[in-house]
Amino acid sequence: MSITWYLCVSAIVFCTGVGGVLTRKNPLVVLLSLELMLNAANLALVAFARAHGNQEGQVFALIVMVVAACEVAVGLGLIVALFRRRLPIDVDELRELQG
Amino acid sequence: MAEVIFFFAAAVALAGAFGTVILRNPFYSVLALVSHLLGLAALFLLLRAEFVAAAQVIVYAGAVMVLYVFVVAYVGGQDRPLSPRHGPGMRAVALLFSGALLVEFAIAILGSGLSVLDKEGAGFFPAFGSPGEMGKLFLTQFLLAFEIASLLLLVAAVGAVILARRRAGLDDPRELSVADLLRSPEDGTLTDAERGSLQEAAGPPGR
Repeated sequence: MSITWYLCVSAIVFCTGVGGVLTRKNPLVVLLSLELMLNAANLALVAFARAHGNQEGQVFALIVMVVAACEVAVGLGLIVALFRRRLPIDVDELRELQG
Repeated sequence: MAEVIFFFAAAVALAGAFGTVILRNPFYSVLALVSHLLGLAALFLLLRAEFVAAAQVIVYAGAVMVLYVFVVAYVGGQDRPLSPRHGPGMRAVALLFSGALLVEFAIAILGSGLSVLDKEGAGFFPAFGSPGEMGKLFLTQFLLAFEIASLLLLVAAVGAVILARRRAGLDDPRELSVADLLRSPEDGTLTDAERGSLQEAAGPPGR
């Protein structure tokens, strides 16, 4: 399999994630779509690491996974805080920064 | 054989991705993302990235998705209509934008003319992508990135606990602040503070 196939899969997954971020209203699903985009980037990094035959791209992918885990922890904490304050779980209605 | 595994894994990953975005119930979205991650791990194995694939399954599909499932179960998956207020106009614009992005990526990938992309990949040694090699790289060449990642994880864990902690409203008299603890015993006893903290730990009624 040539590397181009992997990059095509990565591009399709990334664009699916972009569509999800732009169309969905539930912040949980928006976070899931962000995960899709990060995973697509991971796939591209690992594919290029394989193409060039060195492992630095894989190290980069692991660091991206760490950053994604941090983002999920903070994002889910925000959603739980929203739910505790009885705010609507909807990104269109949450348009003010003021608590 | 590799082609068959590739197309199967890619189909699973793409179906999971579409399901994550399309499914109404957030719980099903999370399950679709789990299948997407498993398909992606198979692709990582095909690309000789053993350790990344294992970390993907254990950390992502295991730990992070469990966090998602708990939060979805706590918040409750509301079945909201997809876009009632802004109407189909904004949704069409969003889909158009992601479609245009896909066309741009396709032009960039297929028209790049890079010779490495048409091959199966450069030669590799047997331990390519194994945990030992990853550990060696992390502790020698990428030590600074490794340490910064650990610091980032610590900050994110503390931030998540602070954000999601159980708290009452700002003007709620039961809220316990640091000033209460530092107050002298004349104008407030420690038992008051303890009672307040117990009530706060029990949470507001009804939730």
